[in-house]
Amino acid sequence: MADRVGIEVSVAIGDAVKQANVDVIAAYPITPQTHIVEHLAELVANGEVDAAYIPVESEHSAMSACLGSAAVGARTFTATAGQGLELMHEVLYVASSMRFPVVMTVANRALSSPLSVWGDHSDVMAVRDTGWIQIFTENGQEVVDHIFCAFRIAEDNKVLLPVMIHLDGFHLSHVIEPITFPDQSKVDKFLPDNKYPLPLHPDKPVTMGDFAPPIIYPEAKWAQEVNLRASKEIILKCWQEFGEIFGHHYSPVERYHSEKAKVLLLTMGSFSETAMTAIDKMRGEGRDVGLVRLRLWRPFPFEELRRAVEDAETLIVLDRALSFGGPGGPVCSEVKAALYGQAKKPKVVSFVSGIGGRDISPGDFEEIINKGITISEKGSPNEFEIFGVRE
Amino acid sequence: MQNYGVYVPRLVTKKDIFVSGHRACIGCGEALAVRLVCKALGQNTIIASATGCMEIVSSPLPTTSWKVPWIHTLFENTAAVASGIESGLKMLMKKGRIAQQDITVVAMAGDGGTSDIGLQALSGALERGHNFVYLCFDNEAYMNTGIQRSSSTPYGAATTTSPAGKVSIGQVSWKKNMPAIAAAHNIPYVATACPSYPFDMMDKVKKAAATPGPAYVHILSVCPTGWRCPTDLAIKLGRLAVETGIFPLYEVENGKYKLNFDFPELKPVTAYMKLQGRFRHLSEDIIEKIQKRVTADYAELKERAVEG
Ligand SMILES: Cc1ncc(C[n+]2csc(CCOP(=O)(O)OP(=O)(O)O)c2C)c(N)n1
Ligand code: SF4
Ligand SMILES: [Mg+2]
Repeated sequence: MADRVGIEVSVAIGDAVKQANVDVIAAYPITPQTHIVEHLAELVANGEVDAAYIPVESEHSAMSACLGSAAVGARTFTATAGQGLELMHEVLYVASSMRFPVVMTVANRALSSPLSVWGDHSDVMAVRDTGWIQIFTENGQEVVDHIFCAFRIAEDNKVLLPVMIHLDGFHLSHVIEPITFPDQSKVDKFLPDNKYPLPLHPDKPVTMGDFAPPIIYPEAKWAQEVNLRASKEIILKCWQEFGEIFGHHYSPVERYHSEKAKVLLLTMGSFSETAMTAIDKMRGEGRDVGLVRLRLWRPFPFEELRRAVEDAETLIVLDRALSFGGPGGPVCSEVKAALYGQAKKPKVVSFVSGIGGRDISPGDFEEIINKGITISEKGSPNEFEIFGVRE
Repeated sequence: MQNYGVYVPRLVTKKDIFVSGHRACIGCGEALAVRLVCKALGQNTIIASATGCMEIVSSPLPTTSWKVPWIHTLFENTAAVASGIESGLKMLMKKGRIAQQDITVVAMAGDGGTSDIGLQALSGALERGHNFVYLCFDNEAYMNTGIQRSSSTPYGAATTTSPAGKVSIGQVSWKKNMPAIAAAHNIPYVATACPSYPFDMMDKVKKAAATPGPAYVHILSVCPTGWRCPTDLAIKLGRLAVETGIFPLYEVENGKYKLNFDFPELKPVTAYMKLQGRFRHLSEDIIEKIQKRVTADYAELKERAVEG
């Protein structure tokens, strides 16, 4: 292993993409993703990355160029955030439905209006069902490691699906963290050349992206669903191998003092590091609390989640996005759905907080947990609780 | 001309790349244009197609009319998809992962996919200078979705979203000058073409493919269904469009205009318009207005071509 260096996470992403020997980068700038694409442009300009950099005129075209590039079998990367992800929306479905192994980092950002460049998970939630594999990262090392894992998973011929790596805008994208970059020889071994099975090439003409009458469309979509679900096994295998080679171990659901804890907090993304501080403090005071972090958002890790929370009495789920007029935070809805049929399950309380870049401090987490316990005991007239917002 | 049937087949390959069995309407000028264009492009071609008539008629699963690699993704992004294809191929060849060879990357779209919803993606791709050919098949409306107006629909034409009515003449705006927009990007090659002039069209497509950098060819494609005309008129109407000066055939090579067919006297626009139901409702004075505009536009183009 090479040395640990202090580096901005966005810059580290560029360096990891370089190590992944990417062929094509098509990207459009948007805060807080800009440092990623600026650094990549610089690496290409200096000849440090042997890739074509397509400075497209929009995110819609960024993802569209990625389709073309992936279709000829080139290793393809892009990055975006917030409005950019929404502008890509219809193209995202095409990337997954046409089985293109594109890798994209999303520096999660709030959505307009009012305009906010700061972080939350509204952008992700709007693309939840686009058929991409989606992984939420907690720190810079995890993001870098997942650049390699994402290409490996996406390009696996049993998977052939695009992968989104989520990192919280600013809270993670713009911080300087100690990060270890793997030896290039090990990366090359872990991540062989992309071998897309049926690329567009005159030697073997293929027709891609036909239109499907009702006699065939449902089968095509069902095949896609079966395929995305099956990708979990490959994701697990990839993480296992990655751990063996590089010493960093990953799983779909991360647990922190969660075994036998009566009260659990569930988070997604980088805020879990702050939550851990709160958990440590509370446990120090003798409180029986633990933390569960969801890393794999799609395909949803039903079994792992059920196992992680089955012994708890109360599960407090933190969402960083609103589902307007809906049942609460989008993560909480999914968690509730995953637990509904279980004989043994905790009471689930939904909290929404930290939207539009508003911080959640360790003290806030403590308050959320305490409130959550009260609600699970006494009940609440609300579908969900909004925390840290002036009425 | 008597032996036309004998020698013409020798001038053009019998081999088709866009093959029969597709579901285009009877007498479709756009399908004819695509077929001839494909003959000119040849086998070493990758085509990215926009949503539209030609996509829908040629690729209902589990069939295909395409004998070259072909991809359709969405309606408005074809130029961007082609950008990705071109860049991907370039890198794979550079890194030795596929053999070095000349592959023509082609983007095709209708007038809607080009001059309306796909204009931004097209402008970006032209400006970035990708080595690709963009073909716009202009049937002057959104035909695939049922004859709705586009910015390429001519003044006065009735469509389902620019219907002629008691207080409307139909389309109230003049046809967007898409070739001029393409030329304004200072790309090396822009041309207009029509399958009624098959050899001219195929030569232009070959020239476009041989041009390093972006090339744009705008092809008028008669649509009997949408133009409300008999199905045996595609060739005749294409000729009349050129002979009336409504759709002149020209090239813009490195900024220099060249008129490919000039006529000592243009036919009156009525010769073209009276054969089509979409203009049936127009009054004399509107037709006169159209005639004036066509005459003026043609004179301006001619002047530009003289200047070179
Ligand atoms: C984003 C989006 N908007 C609208 C449509 C519906 N649509 C599909 S094809 C088409 C019209 C195509 O017109 P044109 O590009 O002129 O091609 P033509 O069918 O006339 O050959 C429309 C409106 C779509 N597929 N996608
Ligand atoms: S609607 Fe017009 S363009 Fe479309 S297939 Fe029919 S004739 Fe051709
Ligand atoms: Mg059209």
